[in-house]
Amino acid sequence: MKYKSVFDIIGPIMIGPSSSHTAGAARIGRVARQLFGRKPAFAKISFYGSFAKTYKGHGTDVAIVGGILDFDTFDTRIVDALTIAENEGIAVTMKEEDALTDHPNTARIVLGDERGTIELVGISIGGGKIEIVELNGFGLILSGDYPALLIVHNDRYGAIAGVANVLAKHEINIGHMQVSRKEKGQEALMIIEVDQLVETSIVDEIEELPIVQQVVKIND
Amino acid sequence: MFRNVAELVELAQTQNCKISDVMIAQEMEFTGRSREEIIAQMDRNLRVMEEAVERGVTEEVKSHSGLTGGDAIRLQAYMKSGKSLTGEFVLDAVSKAIATNEVNAAMGTICATPTAGSAGVVPGVLFALKNKLHPTREQMIEFLFASGAFGFVVANNASISGAAGGCQAEVGSATGMAAAAIVEMAGGTPEQSAQAMAIALKNMLGLVCDPVAGLVEVPCVKRNAMGASNALVAADMALAGIESRIPCDEVIDAMYRIGQTMPTALKETAQGGLAATPTGRALEAKIFGIPLDKK
Repeated sequence: MKYKSVFDIIGPIMIGPSSSHTAGAARIGRVARQLFGRKPAFAKISFYGSFAKTYKGHGTDVAIVGGILDFDTFDTRIVDALTIAENEGIAVTMKEEDALTDHPNTARIVLGDERGTIELVGISIGGGKIEIVELNGFGLILSGDYPALLIVHNDRYGAIAGVANVLAKHEINIGHMQVSRKEKGQEALMIIEVDQLVETSIVDEIEELPIVQQVVKIND
Repeated sequence: MFRNVAELVELAQTQNCKISDVMIAQEMEFTGRSREEIIAQMDRNLRVMEEAVERGVTEEVKSHSGLTGGDAIRLQAYMKSGKSLTGEFVLDAVSKAIATNEVNAAMGTICATPTAGSAGVVPGVLFALKNKLHPTREQMIEFLFASGAFGFVVANNASISGAAGGCQAEVGSATGMAAAAIVEMAGGTPEQSAQAMAIALKNMLGLVCDPVAGLVEVPCVKRNAMGASNALVAADMALAGIESRIPCDEVIDAMYRIGQTMPTALKETAQGGLAATPTGRALEAKIFGIPLDKK
């Protein structure tokens, strides 16, 4: 079931005009910001499908930049997001893509600065609900309903057990888990949706595991 | 846990409770939160809806494009003149649906029900019923849970996205949700709620999403208006004992299949339907400052 809560249907509270093209876009932008973890120097946004055809009319451009500025769906500053981003020195570029995607409301976001970049693909599935379907080239499914840990690690034995042990020690239950890799033995990505909030100290503890390169927590 | 309308109605019947109770219980189970917390969150949504309706019927809101705004006030004035043909109650609901969508189009604050483009139908009928049935605040909150329960089934078994299923998935779903909740508030049975949803949604099947210039304005605002009136009539029909020959779940499934086969041009791409009419194209060119031959 894609929709789990009644508040996916009656909600969110948001700035108009479109739940999929405005609120959903803001949420995709905000996940990108949370994954990046800091204010980016630049944001490159590509729109596909219905997003590409109608993003100006729906304020999708404004909303997605609002999300990148870490604004929630109901934050009235979204209306002025493009100006705010400019004032904060974030270089924003937008492109309409013709390529066909699996979902009609798809956006690709690249955020970066001198320290690094992230690239994600988000889809807005209706009523403001989103899924992240790709991160740094890894395919994934991230609903955004639960606190989640994204762990970049080496594709070697013991990685999953190591992370799971830390979580078990702190009595954190795993609700959903997914592991993917681009190539055998190379970099891999672990996505863990959990039922409890994850303290920063636990994130640090996971990051200290020798097999782990980077840990990001979102949605808490 | 209910997966379809039949299971939702059966749960309400076997537990001898209302549709809204089933939804609240499921939300408690899913989130682990208390009843009070869940009610409080819905109360906040209700307050946002109330503020949007209030703003739309008192303030001359205008969207950036200038395509919409001011019709809710116009209709309220006409309604109060006593000349209306359909009657004050229906027009009150319709004008409050319009009010919500006008505020939405002006990038104001609204609560998606189930989406922003269809956010007018449920609050429109709810705040008209407030003056007619005089529900308590708790009952108004229950109304939102009841409509949410039906929307939950549609969202999981079909779609609530115009880009995926056309306007039938948005205003159509909202209309069915509202019709079902009206029945509950008026004292009907859970089965009658399902009948109202089926009757309402059947009459929205095939409705395309063809917004002029891609804006959630034309025809969205007026489609919410008609959705509100459709919901009221469908609820009255169900309360009179009229039944849909096609069961509610099958109507939802039909809506899904129609959405699947609907051309992309008619699914929120502003490439067909009203968006592609000469006037629609002219408005688009004017709003975005693009000459028509460059399109």
